[in-house]
Amino acid sequence: MTLWYEDPIKLIANWLFGLMLGWGMPVDTANFVLTLLGAAFLGVVPLLFCIFLIWYERKLLGRIQDRFGPNRVGPWGIFQPFADMLKIFIKEFITPQGADVVPYNLAPILSVASVLLIWAVVPFSMTMMGVNLNVGLSFIIGCGGLGLLAIILAGYGSNNKYALLGGMRAVAQLISYEVPMVMSLLVPVMLSGSLGVNDIVQKQTVPYIILAPVAALIFFITSVAESGRAPFDLVEAESEIVAGFNTEYSGLKFGFFFVAEFLHAFTISLLFSTLFLGGWRGPFTDQVPLLGFVYLVVKTFIVYFLVILFRGSLPRFRIDQMMDLNWKLLTPLSLVTLLITALLANPLSGMPLLQAVALFLVNLAALVVLMSWAERKMPRKRKIVAKTRPLATPNQQDQLSA
Amino acid sequence: MSGLQIAFLLIGAITLFAAVITVSSRKIMHAALWLILALGAVAAVFATLEAGFFAAIQIAIYVGAIAILIIFAVMLTRRAMEDSGPQLNSTWPAALVISAGVLTGLVILLSSWGGFETRSMALPPTGENIAALGTALVDMNGYVVPFEVASLLLIAALVGAIFVASEPKGK
Amino acid sequence: MLNDWLYVGVFFVIAMLLPGVAIAIAGLLSPKKPDPAKSSTYECGIETVGPSWVQFKAQYYIFTLIFLVFDVETVLLFPWAVAYNQLPFFAILEGIVFVLILLGGLVYAWRKRALEWI
Repeated sequence: MTLWYEDPIKLIANWLFGLMLGWGMPVDTANFVLTLLGAAFLGVVPLLFCIFLIWYERKLLGRIQDRFGPNRVGPWGIFQPFADMLKIFIKEFITPQGADVVPYNLAPILSVASVLLIWAVVPFSMTMMGVNLNVGLSFIIGCGGLGLLAIILAGYGSNNKYALLGGMRAVAQLISYEVPMVMSLLVPVMLSGSLGVNDIVQKQTVPYIILAPVAALIFFITSVAESGRAPFDLVEAESEIVAGFNTEYSGLKFGFFFVAEFLHAFTISLLFSTLFLGGWRGPFTDQVPLLGFVYLVVKTFIVYFLVILFRGSLPRFRIDQMMDLNWKLLTPLSLVTLLITALLANPLSGMPLLQAVALFLVNLAALVVLMSWAERKMPRKRKIVAKTRPLATPNQQDQLSA
Repeated sequence: MSGLQIAFLLIGAITLFAAVITVSSRKIMHAALWLILALGAVAAVFATLEAGFFAAIQIAIYVGAIAILIIFAVMLTRRAMEDSGPQLNSTWPAALVISAGVLTGLVILLSSWGGFETRSMALPPTGENIAALGTALVDMNGYVVPFEVASLLLIAALVGAIFVASEPKGK
Repeated sequence: MLNDWLYVGVFFVIAMLLPGVAIAIAGLLSPKKPDPAKSSTYECGIETVGPSWVQFKAQYYIFTLIFLVFDVETVLLFPWAVAYNQLPFFAILEGIVFVLILLGGLVYAWRKRALEWI
């Protein structure tokens, strides 16, 4: 008998199931209706939560930049996102002439759908999750691919050469950063022996950020780059190629690209806390499983705070700096991490303490060695382009004329 | 007709429809986009066959990498946005007759083969076993030689592409 | 396990329908006043020059190709990584050889300056 603090979702599902069987529905149809309701609930909640996320980010960014965020509309500005939503709902959809109708309209929908799909496989507590897919991690990588498709559709469907260029550049950036991301995801799979996300959480008696710090670092950096946030937001920044692939979008379609980006930032925080920080694990989750949900929310918000801090404090990369960072530092680093973990994790699996310490130290040593080698090979040279000119100093005679 | 069979037939119909439009579309970008739908429907077919790993990998590799490669290759050509006109040849009646004949011959041949009628074994209720796949890939009596040859093949593709796309020497 | 994928399929349909319905509602609520000047494509405030296709650099294609090679390599490594804990050390070495061969490919691409953006 599940109690309310064990799994409230299951409690409600069981009650509804009993209700439907009482109405005389066959079991299969009742199960299908429950699936439908569960999926609808899990789909609507992140979209509504995005409203809170937008407020949180604007307040936090404001504070980082030494100003208040929105504070007029309601106490502490909490009704600001509602006002924004209302405005964006009633704006006109200006479709550019010659635009290809189906890709143009499908792009914002696919953009949001690709981020929402990730929420189906994340475990929110020991038993609360959408579905415990046994190939959850591959599914997450596939959802990233769908997001890329949305950007191509947007760039192509706009019939605008700047949107097309911006879209292709964005896709080039995203696919480059997907290589180290997928390789760093191999490390939790190796350490836990399963592709399912709930299994990875359950095997984390020691959080994987200690066993694989470099993989966690690479996953964090590449995920921030994947979601197009600063400092990697070259492709949608206002001073760059107009607005990139979403130049020709207005009204709610533009709003959905925006929502997709914010939700993606929160989703990568969720994934990072699940895969590397232990997810819903914490003290007393055996007795009160609902506490796991609280732990997950706390960990996710800490990581999300870090993501917003990145946005507020780091300058933007140039595109060739971004590509160099990815192909010449992150990819070799992720391959080296993979090799180190492969060499050390299995032979030491009998001695968990020694394994943890050895993995941690060797990972950090590899990071230090590779970064110092990279600094030596690609130093930041400053070219002298002009001779130093003499400084102008005031003369004694000038003061009489002034 | 269980729900699974209806779903499978529906997805198969979508795949065929998308494939036909891919080859008969006039604009090459549209053909690429319909191809993406066909590849996605193939991933759904894998899911109905309980091969979840392959469904996810199909989306990740085909839709996420190969389709993008095709679109970039199309964008590199000058005639990407052109309308190439109707895609049917003047000899299409003869082609239709020949392909219908080959299909009939194949169906007659296969229906006399015993293996056509046997059902494959059902997967265990826990689903697919990826750990077993991994062990088989590196097992000495398994597929270790094709596994290593695959990496050499990938290297060959990489080296070949870089060589072909590089600037000629002395430019 | 089929139930898992059924849930994913249903969730995908719902995830596509939710923004779709929202956009449809916004389409009903918003004004519709098409105007030739408004619908012309944006080119920093001037009239559009030339067709809306530009010559792309071949560098985009090279990056996508290198990405494809590394993506397929990682996909082939996934089953090995899942079976990692039960493998004998020799099998682990085979996976390491796989990774080293592709590290060699990356070094080749680096030396041939295929990883430059310009």
